[in-house]
Amino acid sequence: MTFFKKLTESLGKTRKQFTEEVHKLGGEEEKIDEEYIERIEELMIEADFGINVTEKMVEGLSKNKDIKTTKDAELFLREKTYSILKTVEKPLALREKPFVIMMVGTNGGGKTTTIAKLSSLFTERGKTVLLGACDTFRAAAIQQLEEWAKRVNIPVIRQKEGSDPSAVAYDAVSSANARNIDVIILDTAGRMHTKKNLMEEMKKMKRVVKKVIPSAPQEILLTLDATTGQNAISQAKEFNKALGITGIVLTKMDGTSKGGIIVAIASELHIPVKYIGIGQELEDIKGFDARQFTDALFAI
Amino acid sequence: MFSNLSDRINNTIRKVRGRGRLTAQELDGVLREIKLSLLEADVHYKVTKSFVNKIREKAIGKEIEKSLSPGEVISSIVYEEMVHILGEKNEALNFSGNPPFVIMVVGLQGSGKTTTTAKLARFLRTKGRNPILVSCDPYRPAAKQQLSIMAKRVNAAVFENDGSSAVDTAKACLKFAKQAGKDVIILDTAGRLHIEEDLMQELEEIKKITSPKEILFVADAMMGQEAVNIALEFNKRLNLSGVIFTKIDGDARGGAVLSIKSVTGSPIKFIGTGEKVEDIELFHPDRVASRILGMGDMLTLVEKVKQAETKDTDIIKKLKTRQFTLDDFLEQIRKVKKMGSLAGTLKLIPGLSKIRLGNMEEMDKETKSIEAVILSMTKEERKNFRIINASRKRRIAKGSGTRVPDVNRLLKQFNELSHMMKGLNKRKAMQMMQNLGSYPKMF
Ligand SMILES: Nc1nc2c(ncn2[C@@H]2O[C@H](COP(=O)(O)OP(=O)(O)OP(=O)(O)O)[C@@H](O)[C@H]2O)c(=O)[nH]1
Ligand SMILES: Nc1nc2c(ncn2[C@@H]2O[C@H](COP(=O)(O)OP(=O)(O)OP(=O)(O)O)[C@@H](O)[C@H]2O)c(=O)[nH]1
Ligand SMILES: [Mg+2]
Ligand SMILES: [Mg+2]
Repeated sequence: MTFFKKLTESLGKTRKQFTEEVHKLGGEEEKIDEEYIERIEELMIEADFGINVTEKMVEGLSKNKDIKTTKDAELFLREKTYSILKTVEKPLALREKPFVIMMVGTNGGGKTTTIAKLSSLFTERGKTVLLGACDTFRAAAIQQLEEWAKRVNIPVIRQKEGSDPSAVAYDAVSSANARNIDVIILDTAGRMHTKKNLMEEMKKMKRVVKKVIPSAPQEILLTLDATTGQNAISQAKEFNKALGITGIVLTKMDGTSKGGIIVAIASELHIPVKYIGIGQELEDIKGFDARQFTDALFAI
Repeated sequence: MFSNLSDRINNTIRKVRGRGRLTAQELDGVLREIKLSLLEADVHYKVTKSFVNKIREKAIGKEIEKSLSPGEVISSIVYEEMVHILGEKNEALNFSGNPPFVIMVVGLQGSGKTTTTAKLARFLRTKGRNPILVSCDPYRPAAKQQLSIMAKRVNAAVFENDGSSAVDTAKACLKFAKQAGKDVIILDTAGRLHIEEDLMQELEEIKKITSPKEILFVADAMMGQEAVNIALEFNKRLNLSGVIFTKIDGDARGGAVLSIKSVTGSPIKFIGTGEKVEDIELFHPDRVASRILGMGDMLTLVEKVKQAETKDTDIIKKLKTRQFTLDDFLEQIRKVKKMGSLAGTLKLIPGLSKIRLGNMEEMDKETKSIEAVILSMTKEERKNFRIINASRKRRIAKGSGTRVPDVNRLLKQFNELSHMMKGLNKRKAMQMMQNLGSYPKMF
């Protein structure tokens, strides 16, 4: 399947559902009644917008005297969503050399796979990339990263399973410095944002990286699984508090989850969204585009 | 897991606890709060809607006839409805028929299948089983190594068949396990989306070949609204025998647990509480429902509430016909005591668990002294308290180890109570009862 086809297909089902559902309520020019409002509320909640964002938007909708038809309403919601998402559309730029990216997130969110995808993206642009296998905890995490690195044909800095992740980070960054590498990406172990000691471990990694390169890590990216519900807000908050997250990668957008939670995170935490993951292969990654994402959430 | 959800429900219920009957409007308010807390916990929109409607139906029916406080009525209804959805008790793994028993582990990408496979092996080994694990995941880099490493940690055998397809691996493992005398085979499968037709077919094929006793859907407890559609599709394709929720060690409110059970009906068999192989627990629906509502032992409370309901009716009858005597009162106190010490009973009541313990011990003491006072009265006195004059009071006080003012206070309150009985509705009468002798508002 071509990349474009995959993307339109995966985003398309979201779009189609919402439009179809909304229009099932009647023609586009129908008057807005209570039933319509309730249906809108339901659709937004089912898209994981969350109750706060949904209520705020629906309230704005009800208050706005200029909105008379369902078509107006749809336009209003879409533009409102777009204006929120637009503020977090800030593509990642490799503005320094070496450029260090630290990938963090809860368990199984897609960190390691995203690292592979990014490496592939950067090497295609002619950059040299080196990976740091700082997930020394999970079984075969190092092997998984090495396997991906082999496919992209880039080096990995690793130590034994169970070794100190900060030591691996230090090794990786120093070695990249010496080898004149453009981009260093550090894989970290998945962790629950509620576990204090594990969050501390991550902070230490950041400090250690800074010792080698004071302006690094230039990016600390949080992977969020698009299937996640309201807990994503808590995840973003806690990781942000601990590390200062510079960007989000919303993974698994090729599933049927709508990823509406990103709107709540954008409006509450203003963390940029850098990429979306749309599959398990190297090419299944895409820069975040607010318009496209909004269109996918609503009808065009 | 459900801590926030329970706080929310408790707070709402606390607002109406101990007050008279709810107006329709107030009930709407409570139900709205419950709805919001469920939605915030990621319970699916439709599941939430039908849940709240059920609570409404039951609450309306119950409230009119019973003399319980609205908070108690609602929390016990919420509890019962949750248990109704989640199931009554833990459902064990099915090991009927002849070994080897095949357990197939399926689910979305990264939900925790491989980890759970190793956890299950460890669990089964502690139960005296001899499982063999096999990775039917030729796709994810290092998936097989991951399972092998974890299997070693739990001392379980692994069947390795590099380079083969998932279906062929499953087939070969089945053959091998029979020869090797393994009684359980746990098949770890690759993560997949429910909309990936070829991969869903692969699972159907593995199922056909291995006739698993268990097909367990491993689901991330942090899942949002789509959980329902995903689980429904897996269930439709494979007819799941159970669900395992992972990652409940985070702070997710776990609405997916309620949603998935409610739409698929597949029992939740285990929960994953961490990354280590020992981080797995049997799922006990009733305990979880208690936890959701943030109360010690809801089952006991529900029983006590029921007992109290019958007891109330007896007393109310007597109150109404003005036959209520100090003897009845004594009996009432003893029933309360039989239900356990007040301190203990109060702890079981939602919301009240936060009352200072010191207070409750005082109440216990107070019941004891009321009992002593009444016991020091003669039969005659207990039947007609009006004959108790000053000298009788002194005798009673002495006999009960109290002081005359204590006896006076009890008599005064009892007198007021019997006066106000006529024409009082049931609820007010009960409130009078409760206030008598500084009784806590229990029912
Ligand atoms: N469908 C789909 N699957 C994905 C995507 N990104 C990652 N995955 C899959 O999700 C699973 C977990 O991915 P990993 O990259 O191992 O996740 P992780 O965050 O590194 O996991 P831990 O290190 O164990 O915390 C794998 O099966 C990946 O193939 C995506 O965008 N779409
Ligand atoms: N905190 C926590 N992490 C868990 C739990 N169960 C699994 N994990 C972690 O979640 C991540 C993914 O687990 P895996 O077992 O690799 O998931 P999987 O479903 O086999 O993934 P795929 O094969 O890629 O689909 C790993 O980091 C595990 O350590 C749990 O109950 N709690
Ligand atoms: Mg990883
Ligand atoms: Mg796996």
